[in-house]
Amino acid sequence: MIETDRAGRSFKVRGAVVHAVRDLSFRIEPGEFVGCLGPNGAGKSTTIKMLCGILTPTSGRVRVAGLDPSRARTALARRIGVVFGQRTTLWWDLPLRDSFELIRLLYKVDRKLFEVRLDELTEALDLGGFMRTPVRQLSLGQRMRGDLAAALLHAPEVLVLDEPTIGLDVVSKAGIRSFLLRVNAERGTTVLLTTHDLGDVERLCRRVLLIDHGRLAFDGTVGDLMATAPGQATIEEVVTRLYTRGRAVPPPVEPV
Amino acid sequence: MVRTYALLAWTWTRAAMAYRASFAIMVVLGVCLTAADVAVILVIFSHTTALAGFTRDEVLFLYGSAGLPFALCDLFVSNVDRVSQHIKAGTLDAMLIRPVSTWLQLAADRFTPTRAGRVLQAAGVLGYALAVLDLDARRLWMLPVMVVTGAVIFASIWTLGGAVQFLLTDAPEVINSFTYGGGQLTQYPLSVYGRDLVRGVTYVVPLAFVNWQPALYVLDRDDPFGTPGFVRFLGPAAAAVLALLAALAWRQGIRHYRSTGS
Amino acid sequence: MPPRRRPDHNPGLPLAGPRTGPGTACHRAITLRRCVSFSLYARLVRYGFRKHSTYVGAALAGAFTNSVFGVLRAYILIALWQVRPNLAGYDVTTAVTFCFVTQAFIGPMQLFGGGLTLPERIRTGDIALDLVRPAPLQLWTLAEDLGRAAYLLLLRGVPPMLVGAAVFGITVPQGPARWLGVLACVTAGVVVSFAWRYLICLSVCWLADDRGVMVCSLLLTTLLSGMMVPLPLFPGTLGEVVRALPWAAMAQAPADVYLGTAPIGPTLAFQAMWAAALLALGALATRAVRHRVVIQGG
Repeated sequence: MIETDRAGRSFKVRGAVVHAVRDLSFRIEPGEFVGCLGPNGAGKSTTIKMLCGILTPTSGRVRVAGLDPSRARTALARRIGVVFGQRTTLWWDLPLRDSFELIRLLYKVDRKLFEVRLDELTEALDLGGFMRTPVRQLSLGQRMRGDLAAALLHAPEVLVLDEPTIGLDVVSKAGIRSFLLRVNAERGTTVLLTTHDLGDVERLCRRVLLIDHGRLAFDGTVGDLMATAPGQATIEEVVTRLYTRGRAVPPPVEPV
Repeated sequence: MVRTYALLAWTWTRAAMAYRASFAIMVVLGVCLTAADVAVILVIFSHTTALAGFTRDEVLFLYGSAGLPFALCDLFVSNVDRVSQHIKAGTLDAMLIRPVSTWLQLAADRFTPTRAGRVLQAAGVLGYALAVLDLDARRLWMLPVMVVTGAVIFASIWTLGGAVQFLLTDAPEVINSFTYGGGQLTQYPLSVYGRDLVRGVTYVVPLAFVNWQPALYVLDRDDPFGTPGFVRFLGPAAAAVLALLAALAWRQGIRHYRSTGS
Repeated sequence: MPPRRRPDHNPGLPLAGPRTGPGTACHRAITLRRCVSFSLYARLVRYGFRKHSTYVGAALAGAFTNSVFGVLRAYILIALWQVRPNLAGYDVTTAVTFCFVTQAFIGPMQLFGGGLTLPERIRTGDIALDLVRPAPLQLWTLAEDLGRAAYLLLLRGVPPMLVGAAVFGITVPQGPARWLGVLACVTAGVVVSFAWRYLICLSVCWLADDRGVMVCSLLLTTLLSGMMVPLPLFPGTLGEVVRALPWAAMAQAPADVYLGTAPIGPTLAFQAMWAAALLALGALATRAVRHRVVIQGG
């Protein structure tokens, strides 16, 4: 469903060439739930942008749902749903309901099908209370649920999320996580999720990709991940070890 | 494509109509704002009967025949020049993940139905001018051609302005001198302006074909700058060439954005 | 024993003690007194200048647009003056200069509105923070606006004048006295413009939708300041009325002083009168806003 073959992306920054992503090769089958980890600036967002067609790779090949994102942008757009954690894909000044209406028109979703989908998503994500509120007045948790619904209204085969749980409180996070599990289990939607929250990884992802300095540093199950550092008890410690390989490690902070 | 645009625009219109009083006030104010330009023309003609060889009603004809396509573009297409704002806010990415062309999405984004007042105002002035001027009825076929050509030219200029913003993200106001400047320029007969400027807007940015050249035909007058008669009919050709350039520039702009990121 | 003076004690305030400490009438009087020091406002002017100097690209783009419109309007006035030379007491060159001078004023006097961050702060509620400062909000904002005007006078005011000089040729004030007069009248014009914009911004507090007021203000300012067409061209009594309105003080008045078609003293007095009136209204409006925002929490 998602396939990259030695994909690379470099930028020219003030004369020097910066390789944000290089030699990235992985394959995600339909129905998988994959998490993507990596330190800040590792190239996770760049990878997501390449998968969506927002950015074109400078080397290698990217295929999503069998299509090349940089050539078949509009065809691909019908089959993927995207959620950006840091920005919204909704319309800032319009009520949530109108945002959904615009999406129905843009994706040309049949009206009856749309109403059914919207009802399902409203129930599952508890959107009823703020359907008529302008998006700019929503809290972060409400907006994130709105964004999730917006990404799934056209029933895409692939769902790509860039840090969806960032800044959310414990209850909101739990709600979003259980929703994502349901979407993956009931509809077979392939889910790719980048996150800094290791709780997301533990609870949701069967498979983990770790991108560091633009390269794929790890690709396997969570069990395999823990096995890379036998003796380390928590996933935080394991991942810290992978991020800081060869570099000085800050001492762990003991709870008071 | 037109259907998608119409549906998107309707959603924005419905949202705006939720505030009825505000909607009505904005329509009235929009009309007043553009009527200020007419007020200026009237003030000027309170001191003279002819300006650069044209009477008041002829100038109003020029104003209306340029103002109508300009207002139509302002209503339907002008939001395309907000590329720079969208890039800075990151909302252009949100448009790239949708299965619709970015140009259409940008044009329909924040569709402002209250601008329709300006269309009516320009049409009103044009209607008045047509009523009081004694025009040759056989030449009136040029009128709808004028409006369509004018709309295509203005839309192309707006699109070019948007395309330039993919490169010049920090100085979007420069575009205003071509879009709104073009609107201002075409309100008056080109015989008012200097020869070099008129050459520029005939052969470089074909604003002369929005209303000046066709109007010379409709009003049955000779060009004070001496262009031959067949030039009156080159409007559609000029508009087509400009539109092609604009489309290419736009595609190039999007390609540039997608290959360099924000 | 009298209270000891601490080394960093502000000599403007009485020492703390049982007769002047918290809870006493003296203390209440002090904390309600406004801090009105000149160095504060001088600093704010500098701050306003520096804040706007980061937007060089936007300022230059504005200068370009203003120059283009100046050229277009100049041609129209030339065509008019060709059939009516010496109309309204101007000759052709003076009329063309008027054109470019008013275009130059667009930046500093913000004739298209804007330049103040107040409406946004009112909408988000941040205005409450501004209102509890120990300095009057209007003076504070005025100082920053003067800094902004100074910067834009340089970056958006000078280029249209240069373009006008290059393309058409313009007149220039004669003698240092007149130049000083021009500077004084330009400053007064900025103050009048600020006072008007301040009032418009504060009205956002009472209106659900501010766009209508903004467009209204835009309409009045562009038409009545002399930017679109010299005000003396307005016929008969309409012309006389229009020239007495505050918007004329923003652009027409300083432009006439520049051109030498109006005396400095009476013009300055006219501008000062409107500035005082509008600033006084602004002070009343500020008090009303404070009442609504800080005390009522609206």
